[in-house]
Parts: sequence; C-alpha cells; structure tokens
Amino acid sequence: MFDYTFHWRSAFKALPDMLAGAWVTLETAALSMLLGTLIALLLTVMRQMQHPLPRHFANTWVSIARNTPSLFQIYILYFGLGSFGLHVSSWVALLAGITFNNAGYLAENFRGGLKAVPDTQMRAARSLGMSAFQAYRMIIIPQLLRIVFYPLSNQMVWAVLMTSLGVIVGLNNDLTGVTQDFNVKTFRTFEYFALAAVLYYLIAKTIVLVARLMAWRLFRY
Amino acid sequence: MFETSLTSNDLLFLLKGAWVTLELTVGAMLIGTLAGVLFGLLRATLPRATLPLAWVLDVFRSVPLLIQFVLFNALKSIAGLDISAFAVGCIVLGVYAASFCTEIVRSGVLAVPANLRRAARSLGMSYWQDLRHIVLPIATRVAFPGWLNLVLSVMKDTALVMWIGIVELLRASQTIVTRIQEPLLVLCIAGLIYYVMSLVVARLGARLEKRWQEND
Amino acid sequence: MIEIDNVYKSFADLEVIKGVSLTVNKGEVVSIIGGSGSGKSTLLMCINGLEPIQKGSIRVDGTEVHAPGTDLNKLRQKIGIVFQQWNAFPHLTVLENVMLAPRKVLGKSKEEAEALAVKQLTHVGLGDKLKVFPSKLSGGQQQRMAIARALAMSPDYMLFDEATSALDPQLVGEVLDTMRLLAEEGMTMILVTHEIRFARDVSDRVAFFRNGLVHEIGSPDQVIGNPQKPETADFLKSVL
Repeated sequence: MFDYTFHWRSAFKALPDMLAGAWVTLETAALSMLLGTLIALLLTVMRQMQHPLPRHFANTWVSIARNTPSLFQIYILYFGLGSFGLHVSSWVALLAGITFNNAGYLAENFRGGLKAVPDTQMRAARSLGMSAFQAYRMIIIPQLLRIVFYPLSNQMVWAVLMTSLGVIVGLNNDLTGVTQDFNVKTFRTFEYFALAAVLYYLIAKTIVLVARLMAWRLFRY
Repeated sequence: MFETSLTSNDLLFLLKGAWVTLELTVGAMLIGTLAGVLFGLLRATLPRATLPLAWVLDVFRSVPLLIQFVLFNALKSIAGLDISAFAVGCIVLGVYAASFCTEIVRSGVLAVPANLRRAARSLGMSYWQDLRHIVLPIATRVAFPGWLNLVLSVMKDTALVMWIGIVELLRASQTIVTRIQEPLLVLCIAGLIYYVMSLVVARLGARLEKRWQEND
Repeated sequence: MIEIDNVYKSFADLEVIKGVSLTVNKGEVVSIIGGSGSGKSTLLMCINGLEPIQKGSIRVDGTEVHAPGTDLNKLRQKIGIVFQQWNAFPHLTVLENVMLAPRKVLGKSKEEAEALAVKQLTHVGLGDKLKVFPSKLSGGQQQRMAIARALAMSPDYMLFDEATSALDPQLVGEVLDTMRLLAEEGMTMILVTHEIRFARDVSDRVAFFRNGLVHEIGSPDQVIGNPQKPETADFLKSVL
C-alpha cells in the first residue's frame, strides 16, 4: 500500500501563488454577493408587484436558480451565450453564474424576511408622516437586514465554495485554478489540493467569524 | 424551420446520464442519512463529548465539494484502493450529505420539548422507549423538510462528479455539445431534466408531509 | 376641527362603517365606545388616511383627507396616533424612536430633535430610559414611549386606538395617567377605548358605536350615566 512519499515542501513553495489565487476567489465571491444582493432586492420587489410580467420573470429566475445545479448555470452562461455570438471569459461566466445563483436564493430569503417584519411597523411609520420610501429605508429595511443577516453570511460562504467551479470552465487564476495548474505541472495532486482545502476552510471560517462580529456590532437590540 | 442534429440517440444518452445522477443521489443519501441519523443522535444526546465530531463534519461543509472529490480520488490512488469512480462519487457525496444531515437530525431532536420527554419518562417509559416512541417520531417531522432540501441539493451537487470522470447528466450533455455544437439547445434540455427531477422530488416530499399532517 | 361626514368603509365584502358623521372641535376630547367589530378602530385609520374610504368625506382643518391631491404625509404630521399594539421600532433606542420622525419628516437638526424627544420622554416619565432598546421596556412603558413619539411631531390632534387594551391590568393606570395629562393640557383627542370610567372622566363627549353607526352621542353623564337607548344601556351593563 502506501509506497507514496508526500512532497509537502514543493506545495508550500506554491503558497504565495495560491494565496494570490485565494484573493481572486474572495474578490469574485464578494462581487457576486454584492451584485446578487442588489438583484435579489429587485427580484423581491418584482415578486410583490401586481403586474404578472415582472412577477413571473422573478419567480422563474428564483425557480431556475434553486432547482438546477450551479455548475449548470455557469455552463449555460459560458457555452450557451456563445450561441448568440456572445463569447464571455470563464471568469465572467463564473461571476455571472454565481451571481444568478445568489440572487435566486437570496430573493427567497428576503421574501421570508419581509413576512417576518410585521406590517404594523409600516403603519406606525406612515402614521408619523413618513413617505413609503422613508418607511422602507429607515424602519423596514434595517429590521429586514437583521433577519436576513445570517442567511446572507451563509450565502457568502456558499459563493466562495462555488467559485471553485470556475476551473471546470477553464478559470486558472482563482484558488482552485492556481492549484490545478500546479497539479498539472507536478502531478502532486493530494499535496496541492490539501493545501487548497485548508485555505478554503480558513476563508470560510473567517467569513463566519467576521459575520458574527458584525452582527454583534450592528444588532444591539 | 427549426433544424437540429440532435438525434433520439442523443436524448437517450442524456436520459442515461440523468439515471446516473439519480443513482448517485440515492447512493449518497443512503450513506448520508444513515451516518447523519447516527451522528445527529449522538450530537443531540452527548453534545460535549461529540464536539470533535462536529468540528470534523464542519470541515466538509467549509471546503468546496469539487476539492473533496479530487482529494479523495488522489487518496484512493495513493492508498491503491481499487474502487470505481462511481463508488468514490457516492462516498464523497455521502460524507458531504452526512455532515449536513447530522445538523438537521440534531436540531430535529432538540426541537422536541423537554417537558414532553419528562412526561414520557414520568409514565414509566425507559430511555429507549422514550426515544423510539416520542422523540424520533416528532423529530422526524421537524427534520423532514430540511432533509428534503438536502436531497435536492445533493442531486444538484452530483453534477460535480463529472470532474472525476463519471458521465452523469451534465457531462453527458457536454459530450453531445462537443459533437453537434448546439450548446444552448442541449444544455436547456439538460436543465429541464434537472428541473423536472427536482420538482418531482419536491412534490413527492410535500405530499408525504401533508399526509403526516393529516394524520396528526 | 375634524369633520366626518356620512362615511362608508368596507373591507372586501364586509361593510364596517355604514354612514358615520361626527365632528370634533378644537380642544375637545371625544371617546368612542362600543363592542368589537363596531368599526371604531377602523374610523381612526380612515381619519389619517391609513385606510381608504368608499363614500362620504373626512376633513381635517378643511383639508379633504381622501381627495386625490392631498399630501397625506403632510397631513399625518398634525395627527398623532397611538395603536393598541404599541409598535415600537425595535431596532432603535427609546430616544431614537422619538427623534426619528422630527428629524426625517420635519427636518429638524439632531440637537433640536434630541431636545424635543428628551422633553417628551420626560413628560411621559421615561426620562431615565433614553438609551434603552424597546425590548427592555414593559408594555406600559412602550406605550408611553409611543405616545411621546407621536407628541414629538407637535400634532394638533391625537388619536388613541384602544391604547390600553393589550396591556397587563397593572400597567393600564400609568398609560391612562399620561393620556389624562394630555387631555388636561387641552389636546384635541379622539379615544377609542374600553375604559368606560376613564372615558367618563376625561371626555367632553362620548359616542356609542353599534354596527358601523353612531348609535348614541352626547355628554359622558348622559351616554354613560343615563343612556337614552336600550342598546347603549345593555352594552354598558356588559362591560362595567
């Protein structure tokens, strides 16, 4: 059996490159969360509308995002858009795919969150002379934020993990991509990917920790 | 006129891929549920002693599944294990599912009110009788929606096994795309199959849940 | 002056208010009593435009509340309302709860709004709770905070929608005392209430609502002390 010698030294030499890759991973995930949250807010509003067209559009989006694999979503953006002569880079496809996925899941969370803020809060705010916009901005959204904060931070971890799928459509500068490059060059698969796994774990735990600190600072009530 | 070089054979190939996807899902959920129930019960009853178990399981939730596949595959060759790629897929997905299932089972058990358990014990039920007749039936109902969600997410995550060379639905569609160069059509069909499979599982689950509620 | 003229209001198929007319003059305290479902709370929601009406008109200082061009946000600034469920904003401290509308709606400076809020909160006896979040307050304290919040807008009218109904019995007194103080200071008030004795004490007039209509109206001594209609007498017997 184990007639294999581990070569950790060469893997550790690759650490600076892998850390650079980890930074790309984190940036991509953060960007996809930012865009995903904005779109999710939009989808949430669209799902409340009277007109069926925006409602159906938003519901379809959420439904596809939640019922198909995220890898499929990245695939269709990478290969599918080519059919329209739209050739996107693997990074753009990855970003768009994760953003699409984030938006769908977050929209569902936001809807649940809105239901959890009692509508008497809106009444109370309007009765003080606030406009609907002011009431949303100062009364509803801040309370919504607390309710969706935990799912939001969870989704951020998901986004980081999802970025690893970029390698399948040829991305080579995120953490998994960099690791795969070293792997192809050296065939030391286990060492490099084990190191990558540790880095992913650390990123995920850091996000959870930062989220906890933020929640503690933000939600004192 | 709409023309395509997609043949009925290709469609059959896609459906075969979908079958592999289902097999993987069932295999992984079997492992995941058995281990998850065991670990979940342990976590709920001995929270302190099993803390290290929680940490280990947490690792599987914090590392990309793709990397878990690659690592296990590499480990397999290092150790010289002779198991099929399909088995590797089932095991990795199964452990991954177990890490989530443990949490689902644990919170299900903890959701059973302590007073109810005291009531059961005060009627003279033994620890195991209480577990079997009071705690588990209630916990199952609480945990079921979460478990169903896990099934759906594992089904979607099976797409990643293509990386270790298993031809499941997504990989099958990619093979066809390479040949006939109609990515949008083929991928849309694949997406539709995923969508329908998810929907069917979700509907079946919802029906089961409803039946339980009616019996309550 | 609030002029309610032949107002009809329904929710879907359910007609709740069926032609109510009532005028409340400046400085007057009017109590509305009646069984649940008689449309009394709904009427308050209609007065500040939180609910639309189907027929009739409501005018506040001559402004038609439900006319299309009416700036409701502006109108609501001079009509304070206190709800049965006190509706504190849970994410803001007591002070911030009261400061928010004066700052954002009236455009007062932070210092001005804070001074105003402190004054109102001290007035209702919460001067020592400024930095506390509402979740740490009792129901009675939260309700007094809600009163201070409405008063900080310097309203000309105050509407109370069963302000004490959701409170534990031992907390009712402190809220009623605050309301009494307000009445003695000459605030124009409409109270929807189940506290009959309190209504008799502070009101200039009392209206008994029944089936979406003003069934009997007059001085407290008449309506509560010596009701003219048998239904009014029956109602009073059932609650006193």
